[in-house]
Amino acid sequence: MSTPAEHPEVLPEEHPVAPYIRTDRMPHIWCPTCGIGTVVKCFATALAESGLDLNKVSVVSGIGCTGRVAGYMKLDGFHTTHGRAIPFATGLKLGRPELLVTVFSGDGDLVGIGGNHFIHAARRNMDLLVILVNNFIYGMTGGQNAATTPLTAKTSTMPYGNFERAFNLPQLAASCGATYVARWTCLHIRRLTKAFGEALKRRGFRFIEVITPCATLYARLNKLGSGLDLMRFYHDNAEIRHGADTREVGIAFQDRIVCGKFVDEEQPSFLEMMHEHYRKTLGSKYVPTPPEGGWLHE
Amino acid sequence: MKYWRKPLDFGDVKVPHGEVRILVERCKGCGFCVEYCPKDVLVMSEEFNKKGYHPPKVVKAGECVNCNLCEMICPDFAIFSVAVSDGDAAGAAGSSPEAAGADPRPPERELRRA
Repeated sequence: MSTPAEHPEVLPEEHPVAPYIRTDRMPHIWCPTCGIGTVVKCFATALAESGLDLNKVSVVSGIGCTGRVAGYMKLDGFHTTHGRAIPFATGLKLGRPELLVTVFSGDGDLVGIGGNHFIHAARRNMDLLVILVNNFIYGMTGGQNAATTPLTAKTSTMPYGNFERAFNLPQLAASCGATYVARWTCLHIRRLTKAFGEALKRRGFRFIEVITPCATLYARLNKLGSGLDLMRFYHDNAEIRHGADTREVGIAFQDRIVCGKFVDEEQPSFLEMMHEHYRKTLGSKYVPTPPEGGWLHE
Repeated sequence: MKYWRKPLDFGDVKVPHGEVRILVERCKGCGFCVEYCPKDVLVMSEEFNKKGYHPPKVVKAGECVNCNLCEMICPDFAIFSVAVSDGDAAGAAGSSPEAAGADPRPPERELRRA
């Protein structure tokens, strides 16, 4: 833990999150009315409030619109290959256990292409904070059908409507063993910030799904109006049910969105279980990674 | 503000005042801040920024309560509010909306610092 002094001072004329984002890359590439910037803002605010040492926080992203977050945040970051954000983050966490590793990526990247890595990281209870920005579509590549596209929604590869069943992500994460599962939309800015702050303090596999509008593809192909119309839709149809049964929180096309914190429990994480097991079996021969860092630290 | 009855702690509670700052060149004109400002302080302006979007402008400068909602919801890190003391708030209310809503710093300064 660091002292708040390590958080840079914000000048009164400067945007409050300027120390956390790379202002030289602004304006960013995200479309007007895309919600990813709001999620980044909420995460930066939660980081500022947590008082964590920013040298010990890293962001790992995959490919896609949300994959840009690792480049836009002024933290150590990885921009990894498509779908492989969680494997890279796992390696980072095992090599440098003192780091707080955050995976910030999209639905297509984390549960479409990298779905297998997602379920296994959740099964192992790997010490990762996974922020999944869900816009129901593959945005950057041109609006193809994603694993989260709700039934009957139109995408560029399903012009007559989607007939594939969609993932219910909180259920997927909870059933694979995630210890913190929450879902918010990017309209719930205060609650989302609170959830990020809460998840930063926990250990184990923490999963936060954030629903964001995609005006350029999802809304345009489905004739839902602008991103602002989608925000109004979230306002009218989001339903907060903390502790709801994750089997009942699936999202249908233009239907209610159940938000809230669904799972919050303490379970031994992968590293804790590994240390405990080796200590038991190898005894004094086992030399665990020191808490201040692994051999890469030298 | 109109009250149907005077609150018991009317004398103790001080409504904070804020001043909205807009970084015009970062704005993409999504309108989230205009839609969700609880005091309707902002409207979309008719002017364009360099990229051709309409940034918001401040029309009721004195009514901002520094709730930070515009700052939190803006996806482009283009708007924020700063607290002003009551003496300043009276001045901000009296000044012209353009002056209060204008970008407080030139864009070159931002680039240099980054």
